[in-house]
Amino acid sequence: MNPYLGGVLLGLVLILAFWVSGRGLGASGAVKSAVVAGVDLVAPGHAENTAYYKDYHESHPSPLKSWLVLEMLGVLVGGFLSGAIAGRLKFRVEKSPKITNKTRIIFAVIGGIFFGFGSQLGRGCTSGSALTGMAVLSLSGFLSMAAIFGTAFALAYFARKLWI
Amino acid sequence: MGPLVVNEIITENANLFLAFLIGIGFGFVLEVNGFSSSRRLAGMFYGYDTTVLKVFFTGAIVAAVGLLFMSLFNWIDLSYIYINPTYLWSSLGGGVIMGAGFILGGYCPGTSVCAASIGKLDAMAFLGGIVIGIFIFIEGFPMWEGFYNAKFLGSPLLSDIFGTSRGLITFLIILVALGMFWVGEWAEKHFARDDYKLNQK
Repeated sequence: MNPYLGGVLLGLVLILAFWVSGRGLGASGAVKSAVVAGVDLVAPGHAENTAYYKDYHESHPSPLKSWLVLEMLGVLVGGFLSGAIAGRLKFRVEKSPKITNKTRIIFAVIGGIFFGFGSQLGRGCTSGSALTGMAVLSLSGFLSMAAIFGTAFALAYFARKLWI
Repeated sequence: MGPLVVNEIITENANLFLAFLIGIGFGFVLEVNGFSSSRRLAGMFYGYDTTVLKVFFTGAIVAAVGLLFMSLFNWIDLSYIYINPTYLWSSLGGGVIMGAGFILGGYCPGTSVCAASIGKLDAMAFLGGIVIGIFIFIEGFPMWEGFYNAKFLGSPLLSDIFGTSRGLITFLIILVALGMFWVGEWAEKHFARDDYKLNQK
């Protein structure tokens, strides 16, 4: 698809979210809900005695019945549908030809840990903080965007073997 | 009229159901634009594929302009739209850590879910990493709570900071975006790679 047309479609989905729900798109918040629900299940005593979980439960009585969780379930379905139509459904590892699958997976996990931690510190990830924040012209949206993309650019040279 | 749920035109359960449909649209648009490909996402930082830049910024300016138009016709009340609060240090610090995660892992959270949905194993590994990272943040929260809440500036808009109208700021952002698109088009020609095909045909 032409990327500018793709961008217009992305903008329209974002507008729809604002119009229906008064909020933009997000992603990391749904994973956080899942983490909290997982801790509730595995270690309920720990969740009851830790301030962070108690505060989270006060603002989210049932963590999994949330807007972001349902939206991200939709992303799974929507991505799958598009991949199915285009014939892209396949279990595989995507990487630079210069590295092994194992290296790629290790760095994917490390990158995920950084991104997961950073998304909580920064109160939202590329979707919820940068994209949505920029659409409403919020200062934090532009700060997030500049910090995320600026850092990735600054470190690109050192990570080049992973990609090129 | 909008936002529908805030004005009680739809119920909370309908809102959750619509969140699922909106998510389908979001996931579909991400995948159809190739955001399920980590080499495409990383390509922006090496110039060989700047699709992400084009889609991301077109999406942001279409939404920004759309919201202004809709408020002009009273289709949406912008005062009910959630504005992300600004905590200066954690916004920047979180962004720096996310940027490192982006270049090492090749995804962000939304795109990793999208890529996992079509079977990318590296995306599933990245998602596992996100779970670990969020768990570390929660468990260690007292250690970074001070930094997390430092330098709270309220929920300012760029237009508040520069003391001008939302319309003018949006217009300037469009100009900046057009400049970046031009650079992106130039970079794709300049940094093209033989071992990578654009548009993942």
